[in-house]
Amino acid sequence: MSTKEPILSVRDMRVEFKIKKQNALPWQKPDILRAVKGVSFDLAAGETLGIVGESGCGKSTLARAIIRMIPSQGGEVFWQGRDLMKMNEKELLGIRKEIQMIFQDPLASLNPRLTAGQIIAEPLKTHYPNTSKDEVKKRVRELMEKVGLSGRMINRYPHEFSGGQCQRIGIARALITNPKMIICDEPVSALDVSVQAQVVNLLMDLQKELGLSLLFIAHDLSVVKHISNRIMVLEFGDIAELGEAHEVINNPQSPYTRELINAVPIPDPIAERKRIAERRALEASA
Amino acid sequence: MMVDVQKMEQFAENLAAQEEVQGRSLFADARRRFFKNKAAVVSLIVLCCVFAFSMFGHMIAVWPNDEMDWGILGQIAELGAPSIENGHYFGVDELGRDLFARVVQGTQISLMVGIVGALIAVIVGTLYGAIAGYTGGKVDNVMMRIVDILQSIPYMFVLILLLVVFGRSIFMLFVGIGLISWLDMSRIARGQTLTLKNKEFVEAAMATGVKPLTIILRHIVPNLLGVVVVYSTLLVPQMILTESFISFLGLGVQEPNTSWGALIAEGAGTMQYGTLWQLAFPMFFFIISLFSFFFIGDGLRDALDPKDQ
Ligand SMILES: Nc1ncnc2c1ncn2[C@@H]1O[C@H](COP(=O)(O)OP(=O)(O)OP(=O)(O)O)[C@@H](O)[C@H]1O
Ligand SMILES: [Mg+2]
Repeated sequence: MSTKEPILSVRDMRVEFKIKKQNALPWQKPDILRAVKGVSFDLAAGETLGIVGESGCGKSTLARAIIRMIPSQGGEVFWQGRDLMKMNEKELLGIRKEIQMIFQDPLASLNPRLTAGQIIAEPLKTHYPNTSKDEVKKRVRELMEKVGLSGRMINRYPHEFSGGQCQRIGIARALITNPKMIICDEPVSALDVSVQAQVVNLLMDLQKELGLSLLFIAHDLSVVKHISNRIMVLEFGDIAELGEAHEVINNPQSPYTRELINAVPIPDPIAERKRIAERRALEASA
Repeated sequence: MMVDVQKMEQFAENLAAQEEVQGRSLFADARRRFFKNKAAVVSLIVLCCVFAFSMFGHMIAVWPNDEMDWGILGQIAELGAPSIENGHYFGVDELGRDLFARVVQGTQISLMVGIVGALIAVIVGTLYGAIAGYTGGKVDNVMMRIVDILQSIPYMFVLILLLVVFGRSIFMLFVGIGLISWLDMSRIARGQTLTLKNKEFVEAAMATGVKPLTIILRHIVPNLLGVVVVYSTLLVPQMILTESFISFLGLGVQEPNTSWGALIAEGAGTMQYGTLWQLAFPMFFFIISLFSFFFIGDGLRDALDPKDQ
């Protein structure tokens, strides 16, 4: 899979935040928080790279820096061979059509004053402002059906949808410009476990159908290992481990990864059945 | 028989379009809650009556607002009291003019001053604050320091100076009130924008490359509306009060125009002659309107408050 030319390669990405101390005097130097400390990786077309790490380790910051939503303090990002960091606004706009994003909080990522249809249509109207109204509507309905929403709900407002449905709207919005890559920033963390599986499966189906590359961010491994070809473990802005998904899960090299794996309750049906049997026995004898 | 395929398709499409579920916007929800609030609804009705009075009052008035009733002049305290018979429903003022017609005229001007002042505040203040907050950094700093500076000028003094230097006219009054009214609004809008800016839906728009101005107009401003609407209903009475105060000082609107403040000032001046109605009628309209605006503002705030939802 990684023998192909990578669609995205990130080289030595660094992001720093200046943090003003409380009650600081104007001439005092702000603290520097190094959120991402030199991260490099490649992503092949059609591949899924899972990025895991605990909360605050810089996953979202890395994602935002890659698509230049926040400034970075160094590093290169090559998108199909072209350096994103050197592009001007106009060139960048062309790229934004090809890289879309899905967010963590399904409801918060939808403008409460717009209908589902308006929300999904926004990227299309931004990048193809000359599309006719009927055409836009047709596309929106098509995508709603594709992500498993009824086209009849086009005029509903976000607060009238469930969390899972909101996330589907977010996915439809990300797909409408036919992107090549989608960055999913913890797309299922805020959802119920049962809904999580549906959304992850939807993403996997869409990926297969459309040949998308995914950067899939999550803070626990159980979701990521299901969907990823490769996994990158981040530890305070550094790569702790990067490798094939099953390698990282079954044979973790770094102690940090091992800790993360231990933190996840991995379902084990045999052990579970044994525990239930023991409890039954206890209850029977009591 | 041939079925007209195209027509059938059209029909199916129309059916499908009809089937679309109509969503309930947040405003629709808020409207429902607002109409459950009795004080607010009563205030709204009262305010509508005051509006109707200012629009159509001159049709009911028997006397025009600029004609003196020579038969009464000189004996106003005795003959000028409100009466149905001679057509002076609210009595006459000290110059023998019909007070009903004068109050209609004053209501028109006071409401206009209030609403225009609030409109300027809403439009200029909201856009200014949203742009400052969204852009951030140095631009934000400069823009808000300008507001600070404007706000630190004692505006009553400036307003009075403007009216003295450029002459008293309704236009100057609008200019003066418009200059100051948007400052608070811009602060409120900016504060709200700072919180909205970090919401994921704004981030989503930025990530797809929506232009900053479009983001402000499409994603920020509509979400500010709740605060803006509430604040502007409170701003209208504030503008009316300012104008009334200035008119009370004798610097506001000029004869033959009048306003609530000017009428109240006249009425207060002639109180000692026993012509209390000259004070009572303008005062009545003034007070019920201000109260109505406050209650409506209150009701709107409760209705739009997301915490109660
Ligand atoms: N705009 C900012 N200004 C200052 N510090 C920031 C900013 N954004 C993020 N940080 C800091 O950078 C670090 C990394 O944050 P980031 O949001 O990337 O974490 P994350 O891995 O996405 O966490 P989570 O799983 O909770 O989403 C955190 O310590 C955070 O406090
Ligand atoms: Mg995050």
